[in-house]
Amino acid sequence: MNNHSFRQQQYLFRLKRDRILIHAFRLLLLAFFLFFWETASRKQWIDSFIFSSPSLVLETFVKMLKEQSLTLHIRITLSETLISFFLVMSLGILSAVILWLFPKISRILEPYLVVLNSLPKSALAPLLIVWLGASEKTIIVSGISVAIFGCILNLYTGFTEISQEKLKLIRTLGGGRIDELFKIVLPSSVPTILSNMKVNIGLCLVGVIIGEFIGARQGLGYLIIYGSQTFKLTWVLMSIVILMIIAMLLYGILNLIERKVRKH
Amino acid sequence: MKPLLEVRDVSLSYHSLSGETPALSNISFDLMPGEFLAIAGPSGCGKSTLLNLISGLLTPEKGSIYMGDQPVGTPNTRIGYMLQKDHLLEWRSIYRNIILGLEIRHQLTPAKKELADQMLATYGLDKFRNARPSQLSGGMRQRAALIRTLLLKPELLLLDEPFSALDYQTRLNVSDDIGKILKKENKPAILVTHDIGEAISMADRVVILSKRPAVVKKIVPIELGLKDRTPMSSRNASLFKYYFNLIWKELNQNE
Repeated sequence: MNNHSFRQQQYLFRLKRDRILIHAFRLLLLAFFLFFWETASRKQWIDSFIFSSPSLVLETFVKMLKEQSLTLHIRITLSETLISFFLVMSLGILSAVILWLFPKISRILEPYLVVLNSLPKSALAPLLIVWLGASEKTIIVSGISVAIFGCILNLYTGFTEISQEKLKLIRTLGGGRIDELFKIVLPSSVPTILSNMKVNIGLCLVGVIIGEFIGARQGLGYLIIYGSQTFKLTWVLMSIVILMIIAMLLYGILNLIERKVRKH
Repeated sequence: MKPLLEVRDVSLSYHSLSGETPALSNISFDLMPGEFLAIAGPSGCGKSTLLNLISGLLTPEKGSIYMGDQPVGTPNTRIGYMLQKDHLLEWRSIYRNIILGLEIRHQLTPAKKELADQMLATYGLDKFRNARPSQLSGGMRQRAALIRTLLLKPELLLLDEPFSALDYQTRLNVSDDIGKILKKENKPAILVTHDIGEAISMADRVVILSKRPAVVKKIVPIELGLKDRTPMSSRNASLFKYYFNLIWKELNQNE
C-alpha cells in the first residue's frame, strides 16, 4: 500500500485535506450560530423571552429529562412516526404492485392519485380528528396521508420504467406476469424503494407533527403547540431542535442501510 | 425426413393509431432436425417478429406454425430464445442466473441442479459459479445466457442477433464459441442477423427476406465443402466470398 507514487500521495492528501476542511467549516458554522444566539440573548439584543437562548434550551432539556416527561414525548412521536413509516412503505409497495399488475386500474386511478398527491395534506388533519377522534390512531393516519400517495406514484413509475427486454426474457423462459414481478420488477426496484424510504421517513415525521398539533395530549408536536400557547417559547425551540436531531438520525440510519444493500 | 418446424404462409401486421403496418407477408419455410438456419434481411424488415411468432409471444394473423404435428403453443415451451443482450440479472450469481428458467418452470430438481453444475464445468464457467455477471467478459456472459437456455432442453433454439451487442473481435470469437457448443449439443437453431458473414459462417441454409413487408426472396443452401466446419473455419473457406456476393446482391436487388 505504501508504494504510491508521489503524485498519487499528493492527490490522496488533497482529498483528505478537503474533507477535513469541509467538516471543520460545518462545525464552525454551527458554533458561530450558537455563540451569536447566546450572546445576542445575554446582551439583550434580542428578547430572550421570545427568542430564548442555547443555554435556556439546554437547561430546560436537562430539567425535563429529569422529570422524565420529555422521554415520553419523544418516545410517542418517534413510535408514531415509525409505525406510519412502516405502514406507508408496506401499503405503498402493495398498491404499486397492484397498479403494475392491472394497468387498466392504474390508468383509471392515475388522475385521482395525482390530485391527492398534490393536495396539501395538512388540510386533511382537522377532518381526520373529527372523523377518527383525537387518538394515536388519528396521528398515525395523518403521518400516512402525507407520504402515501407520492410513495405509490414514485414506486409505480419506477416499476413501469423497467426494461421491456428483461420482461421479455422471463416470457421466453416460459414465465408469466407473476414471474416478471418477483424475478425482475421487485428485485430491480430495490434501489428505488430504498431512496423512497429516505424521502418518506421525513414526510411521515411532518404528518405526525401536523396530527399532534391538532389532536394530541402527548408528543413533540403537542409540546410545541402547548409551549406556544402558554408562551414557553424555550419549550418550542427545544422541541424543534429535538425534531431536527430525530430527522437527522432516522435519515442517517436509512442512508446506512441503503449503502449496505447497494454494496451487496 | 419430416421437418422439425414448418412455417406456412404466415402474415402479420402491426396496428397503431396512425394505421396498419404489414410486417410479414406469406412467409413459408421449413427447418429440418439438426439444421442451422439463418434469416438475413435489412434492418427493421420483421426478422425479430418472425422469432416472436415461432416462440409463441405473438400469434400470426394468417397462416400457421407447426412443430412436429402440433401447432406452437403460447408461449412455446419447446424452444429456447436468446435475445440481443444476455440480460443476466446483476443481483443474482451466475449459478442463480442460469437456473432462472428452471426456477420459473418449477423444474429445479436435484438432477437438473447437477446438470447445471456440469454445464458450467463443461463450458469453463465453474470458477465463476458464485460471481456476479459484471465480473464476466462479454463472451462469458453470452455463454452463461446460452447455458440458461440449454438447461431447459429446448428442441429448437432461436437466436435474435445474440452477438450484435459485442465488439467485432469478441463477436467473431463468441459466434465461433456458440456455434461449436450448438454443434456439440446437436441443437437445431434459427439465427436472425443482418450480418451476411455471420449468417454464412454459421448456417446450413440462409433464408433471405425482403424489405418490409417481408417476403421470402430466396433460400440459399450453404455448402462450403468443409469437414467439421466451425464458424471460424467457414470464414476462411474459398466459397465464403462467393456466397457473400450472392446474398449481398440478393439483398440489394431492389435498391
